[in-house]
Amino acid sequence: MGDVLQVTDDSFEDEIIKSDLPAMVDFWAEWCGPCKMVGPVVAELAQEYEGKIKIAKMDVDKNRETPVKFGIRNIPTLIMFKSGEVVQTIVGAQTKSQLDEALKKLL
Amino acid sequence: MEDLIIIGAAPAGLTAGLYAARARLKTVLLEKLSPGGQLVSTDRIENYPGFPDGISGFELVDRMRRQVEKFGLEIRIQEVTRLELTGDRKVVVTDQAEFEARAVILACGAAPRKLGIEGEEALTGKGVSYCATCDGPFYRDQEVAVIGGGDSAVEESLFLTRFAKKVYLIHRRNELRATRLLQERAFASEKISPVWDTIPIRITGSTAVEGLDLKNVKTGEVSHLPVDGVFAFIGYEPNNALVRDQLDLDERGFIRTNHDMETSVSGVFAAGDVRSKMLRQVSTAVGEGATAAFAAEKYIGSLE
Repeated sequence: MGDVLQVTDDSFEDEIIKSDLPAMVDFWAEWCGPCKMVGPVVAELAQEYEGKIKIAKMDVDKNRETPVKFGIRNIPTLIMFKSGEVVQTIVGAQTKSQLDEALKKLL
Repeated sequence: MEDLIIIGAAPAGLTAGLYAARARLKTVLLEKLSPGGQLVSTDRIENYPGFPDGISGFELVDRMRRQVEKFGLEIRIQEVTRLELTGDRKVVVTDQAEFEARAVILACGAAPRKLGIEGEEALTGKGVSYCATCDGPFYRDQEVAVIGGGDSAVEESLFLTRFAKKVYLIHRRNELRATRLLQERAFASEKISPVWDTIPIRITGSTAVEGLDLKNVKTGEVSHLPVDGVFAFIGYEPNNALVRDQLDLDERGFIRTNHDMETSVSGVFAAGDVRSKMLRQVSTAVGEGATAAFAAEKYIGSLE
């Protein structure tokens, strides 16, 4: 579960916005129970989509700028990016099949 | 063919699983997300016996999960898409597999009820929330409104005072329904301001919540309250989509059972928040889970 790429305010631009691959970022925090429910699902999907979609997590407690930039006020929030643009924003805990569907659309 | 399929791995389903595993029933425990249900959104459980200092919802669930797994029952992360409950062979279809079992326990829980007002849908994720423990920290030194008057509304209001500088507790009646102890804490908090006899009629804001239009139910007077966030805790809706047409439900959609947790269809049991009852707590859910598993075991035995 700990293997998912963690992005920070500093690395966000390079890792996600400038990413050649489409990307999904899971905005989460240690204090948030439902985020911990989504965590393992995101980790599984990160493996399944390796090389096709860059799947990353951002701890909103340690990184304050990026969540503000995207107007995030609820977590978990999952944002899908393509060529640096937001394609879809999903708020709240999702099942694996719901996320899988959203990821398929990104390909 | 399985003996028993349990749907939902929160306190009711995990307890049913624990009893079923120890009864050596051939059991499948299905969960669509990961164990915990609504409990994981709870900051601190203070009324589950055995934890005098309280325990976080997430940790309590994690302990229950470990206890179930210790007795050899694995939780499978699969989402149930269809149920056929009549007859001696119950069919459970998931997004990954199809199971058959002699008995089924429905422990699929409930979800927070929506306010059903203008602006709610559009501003969900932009200041409308149903989980204070998730989203409270985004409201440092801001003003928020909590809608409701029960235990959840008051507990979450108290939690929000850690971050927000002001919490308006908006309730349609002129007294709270919450446990007395929680009421005392709320009234003692300088940050919580109750707004009585009032319902929200519209959430305003375009890219983020800017305020709430309120209506006084006694005078009919409409007013506006500027807030940065709206937290709704006005009760629960049962997760009954899969069984709505197959089982006897109460007028609010919760599953009716007898004292042994059996539903209107024999061999089908319900436990926890999805069940029609007076009190929805971890302490009631675990008792019902245990009873449902025991009743299911008896039922399975009676088939042989």
